[in-house]
Amino acid sequence: MSEFLAMGGHGPYVWSAYGVTLAVMVYNAWAAYRHQANALARLQQAGEEQETRAKPTVRQIG
Amino acid sequence: MNAVPMRSRLWRAFHQLGSPPYVYRLAGRLAPWLGVASCVLLAVGAFWGLVLAPPDYLQGNSFRIIYIHVPSAYLSMGGYVLMAVAAGIGYIWRMKLAHGVAVCVAPLGAWFTALALVTGGIWGKPTWGTYWEWGDARLMFELLLLFLYIGYMVLRMSFDEREKADRVSALLAVVGVVNVPIIHYSVEWWTTLHQGPTLIREGGPSITMDMLIPLLIMLAGFSLFFGWLLCKRLQGEILRRERRTRWVQNLAVEAAA
Amino acid sequence: MTPRRQRMVLVALVAAGVILSAGLALRAFQENLLYFFTPSQVMAGEAPDNRAYHLGGMVLPDSIQRDPGSLTVNFIVTDYAHSMPVSYSGVLPDLFGEDQGVVARGRPDANGLFVADEILAKHDENYMPPEIAEALAQAEQGETP
Repeated sequence: MSEFLAMGGHGPYVWSAYGVTLAVMVYNAWAAYRHQANALARLQQAGEEQETRAKPTVRQIG
Repeated sequence: MNAVPMRSRLWRAFHQLGSPPYVYRLAGRLAPWLGVASCVLLAVGAFWGLVLAPPDYLQGNSFRIIYIHVPSAYLSMGGYVLMAVAAGIGYIWRMKLAHGVAVCVAPLGAWFTALALVTGGIWGKPTWGTYWEWGDARLMFELLLLFLYIGYMVLRMSFDEREKADRVSALLAVVGVVNVPIIHYSVEWWTTLHQGPTLIREGGPSITMDMLIPLLIMLAGFSLFFGWLLCKRLQGEILRRERRTRWVQNLAVEAAA
Repeated sequence: MTPRRQRMVLVALVAAGVILSAGLALRAFQENLLYFFTPSQVMAGEAPDNRAYHLGGMVLPDSIQRDPGSLTVNFIVTDYAHSMPVSYSGVLPDLFGEDQGVVARGRPDANGLFVADEILAKHDENYMPPEIAEALAQAEQGETP
């Protein structure tokens, strides 16, 4: 196992390259999901604001 | 006689792909499948490349970086072509969704370009003896590709109006695509420290089968991964662009419930 | 012409103009885009003579001479048409060896000896396991004894 991790002396290069790649890919997956979730959350927020703004006018009419 | 319905069917497909609600649902349905398939391929490919594949006769184990470096570089160039084609379609046909695709490709392409540069540098140290060489045409033009992606995103940010940003940034995307063939052929046109192409070359790949198979698996895994994230980003982009439409507002209400 | 046609033509014109000007620019800067010069190019006087440059080629087999007691090494770089002797003092990359690609940075002295201050290894696009490389080398030896 330690022989495998050492990669014949190239361990630091191989593992840092794979580590950076894994980190970037995980970050991008997280960011892509957050991108959509944020858009949805903002829409719901905007929808609620519209409702609260709409209420007084309803009362005025009533 | 037959040509007319065929043509109209193609046009319907084209128009469906221009329909935001249709594409939003399509992307949402595709995303989980792409996600699972890409993760499986990446896990298999990485295990195969790191454990099962033999070391290279000359480079030893450092050559295993090829399994992440080549797919990253390929996505950095393929992503740019996709971005330019989408932006071009958006510009010519005034198709907002096509601009949306280009907008979503840009950050993904930029990240994979950065990965290609970083993994290439890490690979260069034990093989060439240096992380980076100013003056190597392959390295220079790949760095230029990163600047083109960043330039596209920064240029968009400088406009308040989305439609104007779409139109101007599309031209930059189309203009920059000339860099992609230059990157590919740089190692043949000029003398470079970077070696020639291994996969796309006359006479077929110059890599033995036991090393090639994991590379092909990784190429497929990276591509599906890119498609997965593109679907999710496109969904977010559609929500932002269509936020004033009834179907998006209904969707927000449904999602909240 | 419809507006869509106009936009199509505009995109095509812009693309054609960019390809043309990129081609011209790359031709004009051809020399600056060369990372290294081969011994043949140096002999033909194409390498700059007022500054250091990269010399690239293959290390001629049996040409490496290590100076015992120091880090100095002498070898010959060849492109199989012309050759140049190189002298270097320092740490060599792992892939440096006979019949391997090499890039040396420096400039020739008055006697034509290329004095390098940096040596990099250049490998080719072939990847194979050690056993296959050995078999290939043996087959080659069998053909040309």
